[in-house]
Amino acid sequence: MNLTLFVWRQSSPQDTGRLEQYEAKDVSPDSSFLEMLDEVNEDLIRKGTDPIAFDHDCREGICGMCSQVINGMTHGGQERTTVCQLHMRSFKDGDSIYIEPWRATAFPVIKDLVTERASLDRVVESGGYVSCHTGGVPDGNTLPIGKPVADYSMDAAECIGCGACVAGCPNSAAMLFTSAKVAQLAVLPQGKPEADRRVKAMSDEQKKQGFGNCTNHYECQASCPKGIDVKFIAKLNREYIKSLF
Amino acid sequence: MILDGKCPTGPIEKSWDKHRFDTKLVNPANKRKFKILCVGTGLAGGAAAASLGELGYNVDAFCYQDSARRAHSIAAQGGINAAKNYPNDGDSIFRLFYDTIKGGDFRAREADVWRLAQVSNNIIDQCVAQGVPFARDYAGYLDNRSFGGAQVSRTFYARGQTGQQLLLGAYSALARQVKAGSVKMHERREMLDLVVVDGVARGITVRNMVTGEIESHWGDAVILATGGYVNVFYLSTNAMGCSVTAVWKAARKGAYMANPCYTQIHPTCIPQSGEHQSKLTLMSESLRNDGRCWVPKKKEDCDKPPSEIPEEDRDYYLERKYPSFGNLAPRDIASRAAKEQCDDGRGVGPGKRGVYLDYASAIGRVGEDTIRERYGNLFEMYEKITDENAYEQPMRIYPAPHYSMGGLWVDYNCMSNVPGLFVLGEANFSVHGANRLGASALMQGLADGYFVIPYTIGGYLTTVTPGEVKDDHPEFKKSAEEVKANIDKLLSINGTKTPAELHRELGKVMWNNVGMARSKESLTEALEVIPKIREEFWNNLKVSGSGDEFNQQLENAGRLADFLEFAEILTKDALHREESCGGHFRVEHQSEDGEALRNDEDFAYVAAWEFKGAGKEPELHKEPLKFENVELAVRSYK
Repeated sequence: MNLTLFVWRQSSPQDTGRLEQYEAKDVSPDSSFLEMLDEVNEDLIRKGTDPIAFDHDCREGICGMCSQVINGMTHGGQERTTVCQLHMRSFKDGDSIYIEPWRATAFPVIKDLVTERASLDRVVESGGYVSCHTGGVPDGNTLPIGKPVADYSMDAAECIGCGACVAGCPNSAAMLFTSAKVAQLAVLPQGKPEADRRVKAMSDEQKKQGFGNCTNHYECQASCPKGIDVKFIAKLNREYIKSLF
Repeated sequence: MILDGKCPTGPIEKSWDKHRFDTKLVNPANKRKFKILCVGTGLAGGAAAASLGELGYNVDAFCYQDSARRAHSIAAQGGINAAKNYPNDGDSIFRLFYDTIKGGDFRAREADVWRLAQVSNNIIDQCVAQGVPFARDYAGYLDNRSFGGAQVSRTFYARGQTGQQLLLGAYSALARQVKAGSVKMHERREMLDLVVVDGVARGITVRNMVTGEIESHWGDAVILATGGYVNVFYLSTNAMGCSVTAVWKAARKGAYMANPCYTQIHPTCIPQSGEHQSKLTLMSESLRNDGRCWVPKKKEDCDKPPSEIPEEDRDYYLERKYPSFGNLAPRDIASRAAKEQCDDGRGVGPGKRGVYLDYASAIGRVGEDTIRERYGNLFEMYEKITDENAYEQPMRIYPAPHYSMGGLWVDYNCMSNVPGLFVLGEANFSVHGANRLGASALMQGLADGYFVIPYTIGGYLTTVTPGEVKDDHPEFKKSAEEVKANIDKLLSINGTKTPAELHRELGKVMWNNVGMARSKESLTEALEVIPKIREEFWNNLKVSGSGDEFNQQLENAGRLADFLEFAEILTKDALHREESCGGHFRVEHQSEDGEALRNDEDFAYVAAWEFKGAGKEPELHKEPLKFENVELAVRSYK
């Protein structure tokens, strides 16, 4: 199939950036979205034009590196799908496709579709862990963890840290990201001792990094390629309030 | 030269404990005087950087991704082995040790594998303490599943995302050290040279992938935990950024490359659909716990929908050939068996390079819900890529390059032949021999990072003066200039072929001639073609843009340049190893029924190659392998 692409081009963080038009010809419906962009780039290189820069790595939907807003929707809008797992069969011949980077104050553009997401690392560094030492920990079966609790924790832990929740949120909030980590650890016996200081530190750090606040749009959940539930934000709020007493 | 692995002597059960006691310690007050560079932040590198930072060393960690959380360890699905024996089914440290040695086709060092099996139990405890949400039963205890190459259930898992959860555990430990100030993270940096001063590793030269700046970093020791090299096949299950570059830069500075021909082809990957394909997707081997591999018995049935092929016309070839292990035969065996069926003209799907993996009988036995619970995410992933529903029709799978057992040569302390250069995880050659068993990669990465390097690096550091050589040494300047010159060279060729085009050409040769079945003829041919591609690369490459900016084509070109040198050594190693073992199958060396024939008499050694320059004959160094605790046996899974 043949497609018309409008791609955000921005040579550096200082550049203002603009949408530029490209043609993608003879695209196989079995190719992934990124493979389609690979082909477009091969063409651009042959023509001597700077290829489109985009972040990607595992191309299996798990590393969280790929990050594009396609036709106004993070990761292209297909449920529980990252860009790298989006396949061209979900488009039609003759379609126009608009491709943009994540847009959020906390994610400055580096080049074209590539953004800087170190702000998410800073949030984790502020307290998104259990402060255990290497070695000197008890046997893994010492503290039984009921299956429902383990499953709940795993549901939260599935976050791949791509930042789609931020890009999808009208407030550029990182509440879904932060809440997933807070909830994962708060319900486990290993994470409980530090639950209070963790939720405070991570909440404060979000603000410091320039993320907005939650006003219950639920766009984050709709944007999330791993289907992380907004119920974790409720859990985050509850943990936060608990930490004040 | 005969290499010495410096393995401890005496009873193997005590070897690691004794070695830990014999290794000198660095005084806690002195640790902060040392600086350690850690390249790569996957399971091995992330765990090492976090653990060393916690001990009090100053650690600088580097990764090419935008965050330490993204290393390709994250893609491991199935699980991690440990000898806990929680299911009471007869597991023990010795059995895990034995299975790993046997699974590796008796081409790994006994002492290293023993240590791995011993610390496997600590890893599970460590990860649980970090909050890794392993699967549990209703009583709250850790659950296990079985995996290829073992007859006990010793694999711990977190749904189909075990690698992700373990990596996030290591990443969180790392984040804690970053916060504490003991580890400094350098993201989006690619290592482009190892700085060696008077034969000792003293630092690295990296490129800042955002600004293009070439940076020098000094360290009292350098750790490489930079993963494997199977992207030399172009299409593989590795991430797009995985490369041999860091390892190869070290090899160019004198580190020996050991057993490069041991590459693992994973049996359960989604078959290739066309030329546009940029990578292959693996689905966890755990799928073989409940799935049954088959192909039609008759060639004429291959185009029929599978539902129209009656039971008696299906060849469940793994169950037929290996009745005791059946669908759980180890990876190399399962992969080769799939290739044999397709070579026999009984493959299915596009290009007839595929076999069925069928869940119908498992769904009939335990119900669709249970299957969904076990493999839901894998079935979902399969559907996204192929547009087929595997609950209703069998999956199609085909083997794909997946893991490299070979890597830089290291001694028992994980130190290479270049003093001060340590190599961990997939990047070294140490524990998997000629074939890695499933759920053992995660185990090795974390064992090396959490429980081996924190001890062994101390022994080395007691022999050096902290900060003796810093980045003002002329070697650093020389290295940076060489790196810049190489980048300028890549940019100035201005030919017509893109890095991807040339990489695809290399991949084709490697897959067809140096892939699952190798012969003297195919390897000799590859050795003629590879230098030609390399020549074309240096004369006809096209890279746009400049070196002073974010330039992904330049990154790809640099990685391909290294693959083009490395591919030749891999092929030479495969040509010299006149035997079949594990992932290395030479068609000249097989039994009448097509099984691998090892040659213990002549090849029970580690082949460590010293690079002497592109196009020049590398020098072979041998480390003889001694087996004192297991008997060399024919590896049978029948």
